[in-house]
Amino acid sequence: MPKGPTQLDGHLVAERLGQALPGIVQRSTDEWVEVRPERLQEALRWLHDSEEFDAAQLSNCCGVDRHHHFEMVYHLQSLDLNHQIVVKAIVLDHDRPSLPSAYPVYKGALLQEREVYDLMGIEFEGHPDLRRIFLWDGFPGHPLRKDFLGIGAGLTSGLARFPYEDKTDPDRIMNPPESMRAAAQEPEAGSQEPSPEWRGEQHP
Amino acid sequence: MVVRPEIEREFETQDLLLNVGPQHPSTHGVFRMVMEIDGELVKDVVPYIGYLHRGAEKLCETMDYRQGIGFMDRTEYLAAFNAELSYVMAVEELAGLEVPDRAQWLRMILCEMNRIASHLMFMGAFGIDVGVFGTPFIYAWREREAIFDLFEEVSGDRMMYAYFRPGGLAWEVPVNFTERVREVLKAVNQGIKDFDGLLTENEVFIARTRGVGAISAADAIDFGMSGPSLRASGVPLDIRRTEPYLKYAEVDFDVVVGQNGDVYDRYLCRLQELRESVRIVEQCLEKLPDGPIMPEKMPRMLRTPPGEVYIRTEAPRGEYGIYLVSEGGNRPYRLKVRSACLSNLQALKHMSVGQYVADAIIVLGSIDIVLSEVDR
Repeated sequence: MPKGPTQLDGHLVAERLGQALPGIVQRSTDEWVEVRPERLQEALRWLHDSEEFDAAQLSNCCGVDRHHHFEMVYHLQSLDLNHQIVVKAIVLDHDRPSLPSAYPVYKGALLQEREVYDLMGIEFEGHPDLRRIFLWDGFPGHPLRKDFLGIGAGLTSGLARFPYEDKTDPDRIMNPPESMRAAAQEPEAGSQEPSPEWRGEQHP
Repeated sequence: MVVRPEIEREFETQDLLLNVGPQHPSTHGVFRMVMEIDGELVKDVVPYIGYLHRGAEKLCETMDYRQGIGFMDRTEYLAAFNAELSYVMAVEELAGLEVPDRAQWLRMILCEMNRIASHLMFMGAFGIDVGVFGTPFIYAWREREAIFDLFEEVSGDRMMYAYFRPGGLAWEVPVNFTERVREVLKAVNQGIKDFDGLLTENEVFIARTRGVGAISAADAIDFGMSGPSLRASGVPLDIRRTEPYLKYAEVDFDVVVGQNGDVYDRYLCRLQELRESVRIVEQCLEKLPDGPIMPEKMPRMLRTPPGEVYIRTEAPRGEYGIYLVSEGGNRPYRLKVRSACLSNLQALKHMSVGQYVADAIIVLGSIDIVLSEVDR
């Protein structure tokens, strides 16, 4: 499996982490260590403070939509010891995903977690300022999800159609009503040109 | 001191909200920040970004690996070669491609030249931010044009190159490439001298920048800063040195660090890095071997096995990382661009609070943001 040049072995990190905080590790491979989502903050705090790992900086944090669950990936790095640690947490609830925030441990999570919240829809408990960052409030859905625009099972990329926005509930995606769809597909004869009554928006 | 209530009421002040941007010359793009000011002192800064969000990560999921190169150019238009490099390196790592030596050396030359162009752009824009109107910008543009002419000869485009490919380069460089690079370097050396003479020991410039927007090393690390903005605080983190990619292990260069972490040090770090980049390019030109620029056997359709990789390189603004997840097939399952500017921006409030309004502008200028990289 490909691995970054200075990335630590996940098994090693998992072993030490499990000794210090029993029961916190769920799984580990040679690339990453997966911790229990509700104890994520504890794990990050320990890695940050421990002398052996000294994970001083949160380099990158990123969410991955796996169709039925979410994966949050944290790339931590130590500047003195020059290595990287990859920590993962699985969010099983796909409808209302939520995870403890990494902000109390790393201030560098401030905007990065807002980005994940905006594009992936994962809510971070304990984040001081969780708002949308790139898109406007009321944007329908979270674009980096695989089921964006309500296309089922995430088998397509989700870029085929633009959503019909439900004004009363902006977070909900719905298909256009049948009447509207029919009107868009079969224009009446002569309706391509604006009707003579129409004089433009800024007519005196 | 006892303050009587009536006097206290007389001096009661009201904080003011000041909006800067999104269309303001000193925000380097479409960036908006709302400052809460008490007289001339900044009490709070709230950045608003997203005006340039194009969804490059999502678009890359719908394209095959080679089509994604063009999007990477557009995420960081001032240093497009460096952005491409991270991306193609991530794809190569997943697909297990070996890059020929000549392609690696050429990539290094182009990336360092692009770093020079980007830092020159910083010098010009920063000069305008601190109030030296016109001259630094023209100086910067002059040398940058020479570099862009060279890039146009190589790749056919001035800003959006799309020249690196997974595996190597798109085509061979022109026959007089090395002579042209040496010519451009001569001009760049003169440009560096000009900037040094114009700004470094300029009294007004020092008065404006020294001691402004200082951030300690511990805070800078905690906020996730990287690149020259972090090194100015005295942290010698340079990915070219700590985990050498390409052929950086074989060339000789210094990691430039500052001392105080203020705006002046960030400027000085970049100026010194220009000289280091010139040194690297000169060594590359001497060591440039002959040979192929692509592996002999390249698949017609590039597919990667399932897996994930996080590749980071030292772009002019800091750590530009690509987190690439593949589930097999010819397109990424998930692509995340780790933007150096977004992480540096997190420290903006910490650096600007307690400064004057005019200083908040140069603090923003000193972290050298590119909004297309922040928003992607």
